[in-house]
Amino acid sequence: MLTVEDLDVFYGDAQALDAVNLSVPEGAIVAIVGANGAGKTTLIRAIAGMLRPARGRIRFRETDITGWPSYRICNLGIGQVAEGRQLFPTLTVAENLQMGAMVPRAYAHRVRNYERALTLFPILKERARQAAGTLSGGEQQMLAIGRCLMGAPDLVMFDEPSLGLAPAIVHEVLKTIRELNREGLTCVLVEQNVAVSLKIATHAYVLENGRTTLSGAGDALLADDRVRKAYLGL
Amino acid sequence: MTRQVDALQAKPAPLGRSRFLSTLNLANIPRRGLILLAVLLALLIAAPAFTSDYLLSILILILYFAYTGQAWNVMMGFAGQLSLGHALYVGIGAYMTAALFIHFGTPPWIGLLVSVPIAMAAGAVIGFLAFRFRVAGTYFAILTIAFAEFARIGFDHWDWVGASSGLFLPVATYTQNDLWHLRGRPIMFYYLILAMTVLAFLLCRWLLGSRLGYFWQAVREDEDAARAVGIATFRTKMAAVVISAGLTSFAGMFYAFYYNNLFGEQVFSIGRSIEIILGPLIGGVGTLFGPVLGAFLLTGLAETLTEILGLIGVDLPGAKQVFYGFCLLLVVMVMPEGVWPWVARKLGLETRQ
Repeated sequence: MLTVEDLDVFYGDAQALDAVNLSVPEGAIVAIVGANGAGKTTLIRAIAGMLRPARGRIRFRETDITGWPSYRICNLGIGQVAEGRQLFPTLTVAENLQMGAMVPRAYAHRVRNYERALTLFPILKERARQAAGTLSGGEQQMLAIGRCLMGAPDLVMFDEPSLGLAPAIVHEVLKTIRELNREGLTCVLVEQNVAVSLKIATHAYVLENGRTTLSGAGDALLADDRVRKAYLGL
Repeated sequence: MTRQVDALQAKPAPLGRSRFLSTLNLANIPRRGLILLAVLLALLIAAPAFTSDYLLSILILILYFAYTGQAWNVMMGFAGQLSLGHALYVGIGAYMTAALFIHFGTPPWIGLLVSVPIAMAAGAVIGFLAFRFRVAGTYFAILTIAFAEFARIGFDHWDWVGASSGLFLPVATYTQNDLWHLRGRPIMFYYLILAMTVLAFLLCRWLLGSRLGYFWQAVREDEDAARAVGIATFRTKMAAVVISAGLTSFAGMFYAFYYNNLFGEQVFSIGRSIEIILGPLIGGVGTLFGPVLGAFLLTGLAETLTEILGLIGVDLPGAKQVFYGFCLLLVVMVMPEGVWPWVARKLGLETRQ
C-alpha cells in the first residue's frame, strides 16, 4: 500500500535518513523501532510531505507522492498522529475534531465521522465544548487520534502515541490502535515501547542512525537476539 | 494566542444536527448579546441627532479605528500573521481613489475598482515573499514595515500624486450630500463609516465561521498541526493577507475623502500602522468585538483626555501617545487577552467552559 525506496532526507548538511526502505502492506500494523534520533519521526514527516526528501521514492497505492505538499498527501488518505499530539489548544474539542475533516476527501462525511469519533472516545463528547489545552494527556491523545480519523484516512502513522502517558492509558491507546486496524485501518506505529509495539505489529523495521538495519515479522524481531539486547535490555 | 470568548462567533454547532459549521446563525448568540448589539446600533444610528459637530467628529474617528482594527484583525487575530504595516493599504486606498478623482473626476466608488485590487496585489506580494521563503513571526512583521516604508518614500517623490507637497481634494461648503462623489457634510461621512463598520463586522463574523476561517484559526494555533490535518497553509495565509489588505484599503478611500488632504510622509508612517492595531490589541485580538470595543475605549478616552487638558489650559504635545502607551501597558499586564474577553465573561456571554 505504501512503499518507501532509498529515501534520503537531510537537515541542512546533516543526513537524517540514509537509503531507507519501507513497505507497508494493506491492513498491516507496521512498527518502526529505534533509538532516539534514529530518524523515526523524520521518516514519518517525510512520508507525510512535511519534509522534502533529497533522494528516493515514496509511493502510495499506484501514486508516486514524492515531493507532494502535505495537504495533497492528506487528501489521498494518509493521516498522522504527530508526536506531542499537536492539537489546537485554545480551540474546543469539537472544533479540533472539525478541523480534522477539512480535507476534501472527508468533508462530505464529516457528520458521520464525528459521531464515529465520539463513539470511539465517549469522553470527548463530555468535553466537546472545552478548550483542547485543558484536557488531560490521555484525553489529548484520544482527541489527536479522533481528529486524525475525521480525515477518513486509509493509513495512519502514529508517532509515539504513548509518550508521557500513564501505563493504563498507554494500554488503552494501543488497544484502540489494534481495534482500528481490525476494522481495516492500515497503521504505521513508531513507539518507544518496543516490546508492546512489536507484539501488536505484523511487520517491523529497526532504524539505526537513519538506516533500516533489520526488518521482519513483529514476533520474529521480538525473538531476535540483537533486538532483545539493544531495545529490550534482555 | 487569544482564547476566544466571542459570543457572536461561530460556536461548535451541535454537530450532526442541521449544520456542521454554523455561520451567520443568530440563534447562536445569547439573547443578552443580541439585545446589547441592537441597543448599541440604535444608539449609533441616532447619535447625530444629539451630538455636537465635535462629538460627531470623534465618533467618526472611533468608527474609523473600529473598521481598520477589524480589517487588521483578519490577518493577525484570525490567521496569526502580525502586520505592522497596515498603513500601506490605507495609503494605497486613499491615494488611488483621491488621485483618480482629482485627475479624471472618477467617483471614488469607481476608483475602488482600481485601489482595492492594487492594495490586494501589494498584500499578495508581501505574503508571497514571506510565506514562500519562510519569513515568519517577527521577521514577517519587519517585512510589512519595510513595504510601508517603501511606499512612504515612493509616494513622497511621486509627482502624479503631489509628491511631498501633498494631494488635496477640492473643498467647498456643502449644503447637500453627494454620496456618489463623497462630497458633503460630516454627517454623511458618519453614516458611511458606520455602515462600513457594520458590514465589516458581519463579513468578519461570516469569515470566521466559514471553512476558510477554520483554516485561519488552525494556522494561528499551530501551523505544523494545520499542515498535518491537511490544510494548505500557504494559500490560507495568502487569503488572510489579501482579504485584510483589500478591506483596509476601503478605509483609505474614506480617509482621503473625509480629510481631503494626503501627505505620503504621514499616511504611510509607522505611527499610523500602530494606531490601527492598538484598538484590537486593547479590545481583544482575534475576537469580533475586540476591535470595536478597543476603538471606543482608546479613542474615546484619548479624546476626553485631550479635552480635559485643553479645559485646564495645559498644552502637552504627545500626551495622547503617552496615554496610548499607558493603556497598552495596562492591558498587557492586567488582561493580556484584551478587554472584551473580560467583559464577555462579566456579561455572561461566554459560551465556552
